[in-house]
Amino acid sequence: MADAALTPAAPAQREPHHFARIFIIWLVATAIADILIWFFLYPHLAPGRLTSSAHGDQYDMTVLLMCAAPVLFAVWLWFGYSCIYFSNRGTVPEDGAWYERDSVAIQVSWIAITSLIVFGLFVFGTYELIAPAGAGGGEGPSAIWRPPGAPSSSYAALHPKPWKPGSHPALLEVQVIGQQWLWTFRWPQFGGMETTSLYLPTNTTIQFNVTSLDVIHSFWPYRLGVKADANPGVNNVAYTTTTGQTHSFTYRCDELCGIWHGDMIGTGHVVSQAAFYRWATTEEKKLAPLTRHLPPYSLTYTPSLHGAGGGLYPQLDKPTPKSTGS
Amino acid sequence: MAIDQELYRPPPPVTPPEGGSWRQRVIPWWPHPNILTGILLGAGGYALGHFLGNVIAGNWARFGNTNMNDVALIIGYLVATLGFLVGIGALNYPVAKIFGLDPPLAKAAPRGLSRYFAYTPDHKVVGWQYLIGMLIYFFTGGMFALAIRTELLFPRYHSHIFNPETYLTIVGIHGTMMMMMMTSVIVGPFGNYFVPLMIGAKRMAYPRLEALSFWLTPPAYIILLSTMLVGGFPTGWTGYAPLANEAVQGMDGYEVAFALMALSLIITSVNMIATIVDFRAPGMRWTRLPMFVWGALTTSVLTALAPPVLFAGLYFMGMDRTVGTALFVDAHGGSSYLWENVFWFFGHPEVYILALPGFAIAAELLPVFTRRRLFGYNVSAAGMIGVCFMSWFVWQHHLFVSGINADMRPLFMLTTEVISIPTGFIYLVAMATLWKGKLRFEVPSLFVLAFYLNFLIGGVSGVFLSDVPVDVTVHGSFFVQAHFHYTIMGGLIFAFFGAIYYWIPKMTGYEMNKTLGWIHFWVMFIAFQLTFIPLFIVGELGMPRRYFEYAPKWATLNQTASAGAYAIAISMIIFVINLVYSMVWARKRSVENPWFSRGLEWQTATPPPPDNFERIPLVLSHPYDYGNPIEDIPVADLRGVPTPAVLAASAAGVSGGSDEIDDPPGPGAGPGDRGGEQ
Ligand SMILES: [Cu+2]
Ligand SMILES: [Cu+2]
Repeated sequence: MADAALTPAAPAQREPHHFARIFIIWLVATAIADILIWFFLYPHLAPGRLTSSAHGDQYDMTVLLMCAAPVLFAVWLWFGYSCIYFSNRGTVPEDGAWYERDSVAIQVSWIAITSLIVFGLFVFGTYELIAPAGAGGGEGPSAIWRPPGAPSSSYAALHPKPWKPGSHPALLEVQVIGQQWLWTFRWPQFGGMETTSLYLPTNTTIQFNVTSLDVIHSFWPYRLGVKADANPGVNNVAYTTTTGQTHSFTYRCDELCGIWHGDMIGTGHVVSQAAFYRWATTEEKKLAPLTRHLPPYSLTYTPSLHGAGGGLYPQLDKPTPKSTGS
Repeated sequence: MAIDQELYRPPPPVTPPEGGSWRQRVIPWWPHPNILTGILLGAGGYALGHFLGNVIAGNWARFGNTNMNDVALIIGYLVATLGFLVGIGALNYPVAKIFGLDPPLAKAAPRGLSRYFAYTPDHKVVGWQYLIGMLIYFFTGGMFALAIRTELLFPRYHSHIFNPETYLTIVGIHGTMMMMMMTSVIVGPFGNYFVPLMIGAKRMAYPRLEALSFWLTPPAYIILLSTMLVGGFPTGWTGYAPLANEAVQGMDGYEVAFALMALSLIITSVNMIATIVDFRAPGMRWTRLPMFVWGALTTSVLTALAPPVLFAGLYFMGMDRTVGTALFVDAHGGSSYLWENVFWFFGHPEVYILALPGFAIAAELLPVFTRRRLFGYNVSAAGMIGVCFMSWFVWQHHLFVSGINADMRPLFMLTTEVISIPTGFIYLVAMATLWKGKLRFEVPSLFVLAFYLNFLIGGVSGVFLSDVPVDVTVHGSFFVQAHFHYTIMGGLIFAFFGAIYYWIPKMTGYEMNKTLGWIHFWVMFIAFQLTFIPLFIVGELGMPRRYFEYAPKWATLNQTASAGAYAIAISMIIFVINLVYSMVWARKRSVENPWFSRGLEWQTATPPPPDNFERIPLVLSHPYDYGNPIEDIPVADLRGVPTPAVLAASAAGVSGGSDEIDDPPGPGAGPGDRGGEQ
């Protein structure tokens, strides 16, 4: 029907129904592609299903792929078909079909269809962002979309309830501290200890409090479906909920932070709740002598000239004999 | 409508000074404005600026401890640029005016090759300067891309070609070169060269500003490359603070070079907007404006408004790094978000500054090669205007996981997705123009088709990135990198090469070799897919951008991408061979209008005479009325000064109140020159 509208004075001679041809090929191709995407690609798509947010992101990616396939096919088929049927391979140019006016119907329906797709995707994306509590993305210091049991204020986040296996809703807080070029973790529910290894319990909602001591980093445990920038002086909160499956995962830095940006990686482990509790309490005891020397647990830290990452503005820090020059 | 350009006359001849003519008095070459004097004064200016900086800040503790005086370097760069501009003669006119003197009259415009190295108000020469300059910048940036892909051939620990500082500097220079030096890749060469020709003007509105806009780019280029001598910069083209605050001196070069380019962009766009608004020939109504001119106009609106924001940000950064303000340092009351916001408030419009000229070239060329009326002229222009407008409301989609304004993410998701509606207009126009056309597969049309196919993938993957849950996975990964290379390299650069093949016969009068053009296209097209499709996958699998070492499981995909990058380089070599062979060696005369285009720029002589048109043409019809069986009207009457009858007919058409784009003027219009309608 579109081609009829484009050429209102179409001659009566029998021409193949180009639009119908494209439409049928498109329908078949889209159906096949979407079936393949849903049944064969979806289960294997990044970032997997090992946490609630990872599964949500995977589902979103799949839906978007299924929406993208018909759009891509429509344009590809249209271009391909036109190149075959509406081309002139001779050396003498010929004029294409003339028409007096641009069809308003085509323009309006095009705008309507693209707007429909766009607003549909917006509603879908917003739902998928809000319902799973931020979809694993960093939500800043006071997250507005929280899972049940999450502390509602910075103060509450600073003083979380203790975590024990089986306690419900069992929210575990992990502070992630980025610095050039290393991640460390502090555990407010285990005496504020600081570790370089990351263990998480199964079937638990985790609150990552991500911050930095120097430049911007981005904490990205890929398999957990979590990503949150680590800004100096900012507590960036991200949530996810682990499933019952134990596994190991890699975490990386996803924001260029200097020469060893690519080396800010480590392996974390999701273990059973009991095993996690054993690890955490053992570490807490083992690290107690060191923990005493750490600055008290806080949501952000400001390093001094003498600490990690300090020294950028020495004249504003406390004067020391060495830096009292003009 | 258009101001009377007949009033513009070349400057009067120079009267010889008392006591003899120019020739008799032997004046050495160096007091005259020229590029060698510019280079000398630039070098001297650097030394002077550096000395001044050491005088001012040499005993500051923050520099004394590190022996890296950022003040000296920045002042050195600035005075060097000033010296270069003085040497090349950019300041003669304005300074003379400021002191109330008669501006020094130009000697007879230089002829031959030397004028391409001069500060010249000739818009066609500036167009050539831009074209060659942009190709040089593009190939330089491409070399850095090859260096990146070479380093990424091997994952970890095996064999490093660079050390990490060098690698990050290479990444940064590649990005900065491509994103800033290449910003005016189309508006610079083709905008300056063809906008006056396409709107029927004899020159640009502000010829001196036009020259200045180009001559700011070589200092920016040199300064950007010079960062390698002072330790490079570790931030990539985005220059995120506070990493930029703690970076070594190379960062200063990034700031100054980027700021000079921002200045150049602002100047270009002011000139372009004034020209398009004021210099249109009679009959060149807004509804007859070629699509390329619409693209130049909307792009210029963005380049007039976005770079000032960048300029401010760079100024903040310069202050942070020199006098020790702490605008970006959280510990002293600043915020790392400030730079992110300022940068992307510039950066996202910048992305569309790079996309719109591609849209424009594609829409301009497609009707020529399908020989069918451009479908939806109004929709096509509206799409560009819509993109231009919407691009101001999306910048925080770069910050979805940064923790800032988390509650605003749905809004920025919406605006980002809404921008795909006007972008979609571009596809509606293309698809309907292809339909029942008579598409000819010439080299330019192949590049245009490739533009649409590549940009489609870039655009659709952009919708993925706008979806926050998906962005949580792919943000900052190679997926993003592949996405914007599809839009910029696959879109803009393909359109750029299409435009070169399309317009070079007009600019030189010589044909490009078609076989080499075909080989160039196919190698580039296939190699491009080979390079960036694996990078989509590797990003989706979790590889962050700007990695120096990566997990061995990603090696195959990275190696495929590297192979593709080398193949792109080969296609570029083929292009250069074609350019040199066709223009220098073969020099095969091109026919007057090889593509049978109706465009106004094709109606004048080839190559265009110094004043473009003998008389200001009278535009009679729409540039895309191909195959109109009802009334075969030429696009313009080049006899210029219209007869009263023609004028009356044209005026009747103008004031007829009809918005239709194809209303014919009265029969008095006469056939005129019908170059387009063979
Ligand atoms: Cu990092
Ligand atoms: Cu953007």
